[in-house]
Amino acid sequence: MEPFKVMTGVVAPLDLPNVDTDQIIPKQFLKRIERTGFGEFLFYDWRFTKDGQLNSDFEMNAVSYRGASILVARDNFGCGSSREHAPWALLDYGFKCIIAPSFADIFYNNCFKNGILPVRLTESEVESLFKAVQKNPGYMLTVDLEQEKIFSDDGLSFKIDISPFRRTSLLNGLDDIALTLAQEDAIQQYELKRLKIPPPLH
Amino acid sequence: MNTPKTMFEKIWQAHLVHDEPGKPSLIYIDRHLIHEVTSPQAFEGLRLAGRSVRRPELTFATMDHNVPTSDRSLPIEDGISVRQMDALSENCRSFGVTLFDLTSPHQGIIHVISPELGLTLPGLTVVCGDSHTSTHGAFGALAFGIGTSEVEHVLATQCLIQEKPKTFLIEVQGKRPRGVEAKDLILSIIGQIGTSGGAGSVVEFAGEAIRDLSMEERMTVCNMAIEAGARAGMIAPDEKTIEYLQGRMYAPVDFKASAEAWRQLPSDPGAVFDKTIQISAASLAPQVTWGTNPGQVISVDARVPSPEDFMNENDRKSAERALEYMGLRGGTPIESIEVDHVFIGSCTNSRIEDLRRVAHFVKGKQVSSKVYAMVVPGSQAVKKAAEEEGIDLILKAAGFDWRESGCSMCLAMNPDVLKPGERCASTSNRNFEGRQGAGGRTHLVSPVMAAAAALAGHFVDIRQSDQVV
Ligand code: SF4
Repeated sequence: MEPFKVMTGVVAPLDLPNVDTDQIIPKQFLKRIERTGFGEFLFYDWRFTKDGQLNSDFEMNAVSYRGASILVARDNFGCGSSREHAPWALLDYGFKCIIAPSFADIFYNNCFKNGILPVRLTESEVESLFKAVQKNPGYMLTVDLEQEKIFSDDGLSFKIDISPFRRTSLLNGLDDIALTLAQEDAIQQYELKRLKIPPPLH
Repeated sequence: MNTPKTMFEKIWQAHLVHDEPGKPSLIYIDRHLIHEVTSPQAFEGLRLAGRSVRRPELTFATMDHNVPTSDRSLPIEDGISVRQMDALSENCRSFGVTLFDLTSPHQGIIHVISPELGLTLPGLTVVCGDSHTSTHGAFGALAFGIGTSEVEHVLATQCLIQEKPKTFLIEVQGKRPRGVEAKDLILSIIGQIGTSGGAGSVVEFAGEAIRDLSMEERMTVCNMAIEAGARAGMIAPDEKTIEYLQGRMYAPVDFKASAEAWRQLPSDPGAVFDKTIQISAASLAPQVTWGTNPGQVISVDARVPSPEDFMNENDRKSAERALEYMGLRGGTPIESIEVDHVFIGSCTNSRIEDLRRVAHFVKGKQVSSKVYAMVVPGSQAVKKAAEEEGIDLILKAAGFDWRESGCSMCLAMNPDVLKPGERCASTSNRNFEGRQGAGGRTHLVSPVMAAAAALAGHFVDIRQSDQVV
């Protein structure tokens, strides 16, 4: 996994609460057996019109948000299905950081496994970001995970609230599986102990 | 004396492999369920890293999401579905995982077959790359959905790195009125606490109305815990749970000793939860969702709300958008909404009891000429049981389409899809935009409410009918 340290990028707004993973990547695009290539289908039903043209009514399609790498959204982002295709699609499209007042649990977790940083800010902090972005299309933020803060040239600054474990994993691009495999002794001991307690594993 | 513990706490502690302050815990996984859509990339990851499956005997697979529900003897037309199914067969074979494929009498929706086979047991940790894994909590298991990277993690290590969730007790007191089903119970709860009301928590459902539920109904409730944003839903095991599991294919050999252990699992009296709420079952009515998330739900005898009815700005915006998508106007009586489709199925409501209630309700009646209605049993075993009881004949005589088992129109990845603008009364669990087909409009209801809508061509209050028990 790519380490996540510091990044600066254009912020795209998605002014909706409860954006679910079916919207992030509709199921007709889940039929791949690879992790890549999902970006072109991100927010498909919103980004494109029925006849497959770019939908000019969808805010994120505006020229000023091209190449955006930070997404700011509302409450309960990523609810619904556990599909990891959702973070894969966001990442493939170019988003490395997602900011919202709250995230659905599985989605939040899935982001870290793919080197995406989800940041929870308060409702009013998120509101100030929406205002800034809507006033200055093409608005940029710097996300500094080392310093645990997000800031802009015009003086906005927020603290990133993240558990130390997740921060270290992202900063170093650590592979969870390798970390766990390093606990082999503990796993073996557990398995031995477990054999003796009912209900037995079988 | 020991401090009283919640059921969640007991299971969590029994599964801790490694724990150190300031870090998430490493917990052991007893049952890993996999299906064709969220597993290919995980197996690919294993291969690339040269890793193997640590405990293939604790991993079980089936094909459900993509499978056609039409005649199984015909070739499958969708080449990509075939590719995912072939990948699963190949992965199970090379890594030694048990697979219930399309030819197996045990095939079905993963959350339907695992309990049927006795794979889901009280006190176990159960995971699957699917959010509705919360279903298995109905047995007093700690069961939750995971992403594909975590599927790979469990395959490789049989463990998961997890932050300890909070605990949330929802007590449903009193008796359910006639016509109010388990589905209505959970829809009302989601309506009350919201789609993120359970975020970060494991919800334990308790109280008289929960204890009164059959195992099938408990699965319906826990299934939708995720729609309230909960990490997992759980119900304490009791004699009903034990009776359900007795004699199942994978039930423990030493059943008596296991049952004794299961009796120790329920939360101790006085155990403290991070949060508790109480709901009175007696006050509930059959529910119908009017919007595009399961929390946008109301009683069948009410009217569609207007955006102005909501105080909170976010709720108002979301209602506005939902009404537009659903093609509905505030103030419309729910009962006057007409449907084109009825879907009875999904891991929420496709078990034998659901089908029995539907058959009882529609016996001798006819599906409205304006409605296409389909029933998709949750598993081959459910299908077989229903056919043995003659349920298929009753449904077919009433004009329902009787299908093979699978997820089907719950997520419409197979050929069962709504067309834009079509309206469906559905017993599934998600009414998101486009869930049942781009532009399709979904109203979530209980199985009997769906059946009643199929007959009438619009929603009806089933409490008025004497066919309801
Ligand atoms: S029936 Fe629907 S919710 Fe259940 S596992 Fe299948 S797709 Fe998911």
